[in-house]
Amino acid sequence: MSAVRAIGAPLMATEGLAAGYGAGPPVLRDVTFTAQPGQRIAVLGPNGGGKTTLFRTLLGELRPAAGTLQRPARIGVVPQTERSRLDFPVSALDVALMGTLSTLPWWRRPGRADRERARTALADVGLADRADRTFGDLSGGQRQRVLVARALVQDAPVLLLDEPYVGLDAPSIDLLDGLLARLAADGRALLIATHDVEQARDWERVLCLNRQQVAFGPPAEVLTRETLERTYGAELVEVADERCVMPPHHHGHDHA
Amino acid sequence: MIVATLWHTLIAPWEQSIDRRALLEVLLLGITGGTLGCWIIFYNLSYSTESLAHALLPGLVLAALTGIPLILGGAAGLAVAAMAIAAAARTPAIGRDTAVAVVVTALLGLGALLALSPATPAGLGELLFGDVLGVSDLDLVLAALLAVAVVIALALLHGRLLLVGFDRLNAAALGVRAGTVDAALLLLVAAALLVAVQGLGNLLVVAVLVGPAAIARAVTHRMSTMMAVAAAVAVLAGCGGLYLSYYARTAAGASIAAVIVATYAVALAAQAARRAVAGRSRAATPAAARA
Repeated sequence: MSAVRAIGAPLMATEGLAAGYGAGPPVLRDVTFTAQPGQRIAVLGPNGGGKTTLFRTLLGELRPAAGTLQRPARIGVVPQTERSRLDFPVSALDVALMGTLSTLPWWRRPGRADRERARTALADVGLADRADRTFGDLSGGQRQRVLVARALVQDAPVLLLDEPYVGLDAPSIDLLDGLLARLAADGRALLIATHDVEQARDWERVLCLNRQQVAFGPPAEVLTRETLERTYGAELVEVADERCVMPPHHHGHDHA
Repeated sequence: MIVATLWHTLIAPWEQSIDRRALLEVLLLGITGGTLGCWIIFYNLSYSTESLAHALLPGLVLAALTGIPLILGGAAGLAVAAMAIAAAARTPAIGRDTAVAVVVTALLGLGALLALSPATPAGLGELLFGDVLGVSDLDLVLAALLAVAVVIALALLHGRLLLVGFDRLNAAALGVRAGTVDAALLLLVAAALLVAVQGLGNLLVVAVLVGPAAIARAVTHRMSTMMAVAAAVAVLAGCGGLYLSYYARTAAGASIAAVIVATYAVALAAQAARRAVAGRSRAATPAAARA
């Protein structure tokens, strides 16, 4: 796994960031956070709360309507696997190789060194023996790890992961957990959109959104009942020991 | 004796120069159609390709009427069709599919009307169904240039075409503009239509652009292999079609299309049989042995 060395400055930072679509009013505002090397940041919020808008703004697809954004030149993105075309005739290696395109001019094809990087990234996510398998034939957890490998090939210091645990079984969740911990330990910053409040307690930071920033900070400070109620409103479900989770229908797509 | 008869059967269709030129034309168009066709079907452009092929008919007829090269008339026809479809698609309450259907039907009808004019030197049949036995030196040169250009362009764009087709929503985050890749692919399709329509005709050109790729898709699982198989199928079907045309005295373009369709039917049947055998073999294997 290529190392991204920890440095003092944040890898990504926003100050009063607002974003929206077209000439309409911002659908997300007042977002202020920093992403330091080694941090896994859970991005929590209801469907329509602004997680996708935030990611699209961080990627440069949407122009900030207000505030400032400091971002690295390359950001890796790990989408939900079902948004890819599973009928497309590509192997796991083909998908990992897509991560080289951002650094190649249009007339250059990936060379031997690029293929080696892609194979190394697949080995890093535990899929060295699946490199030649068709992407659509892999399990959900394996597909998710192939997309992580593609982001690793980009060699980006910041990775954005869009609900990577959706649809995974328990062993796949454990594998992905371990992989994300290793990536963070390697000096990357990970922003992970999720609805799993319990999982977020194990990570370094939590960013709560509901059309604006509700809170940002360490889980112990942010994941209080009051903050979660302001984030999710009446949809919050209490299970035990004043801990809260989201109802199952929330574990789906978020388009805002 | 049998060998001699067989040999004569094989070479008889190519004794005339006109037939050898036709063979060269279908070889070149087969390489173009097979390789490009794989991207056409995976980018869901089959209907658009067929529509554009039909919509350039008025341009071809007007070129025949005025005596300018057919390829220039076809290019103008394509440009008019693209603008008309774009304008119709912007009309409220008309979807893109409906806009394409309306514009293409109108242009095809206009082309037929013009072709029925007594002043039109080329018959409607030749424009609609092609005349692969009457290709000119210029047609062969254009087909060769097109084949080289398509193969090089697809090789250079391979990774980007894969990315946009597989994961269009995130292509920008990986440094690739989906719109540019789409435009490059459409440009190649338009060039292929303009050149191939000379030999295969307005109605049958889509057979060589879509048919071989559909056959290859049924039997392969990687894009590079699929493109090679599709090109081979297109070339072999082209040869087969010319044999059929020679011995059955049928129209060459239609014979090529018929061989492609027949091959597709065989490929589908083989695929269904393979799945049935695989299903039976899975059912016969005890669960413990599979675990």
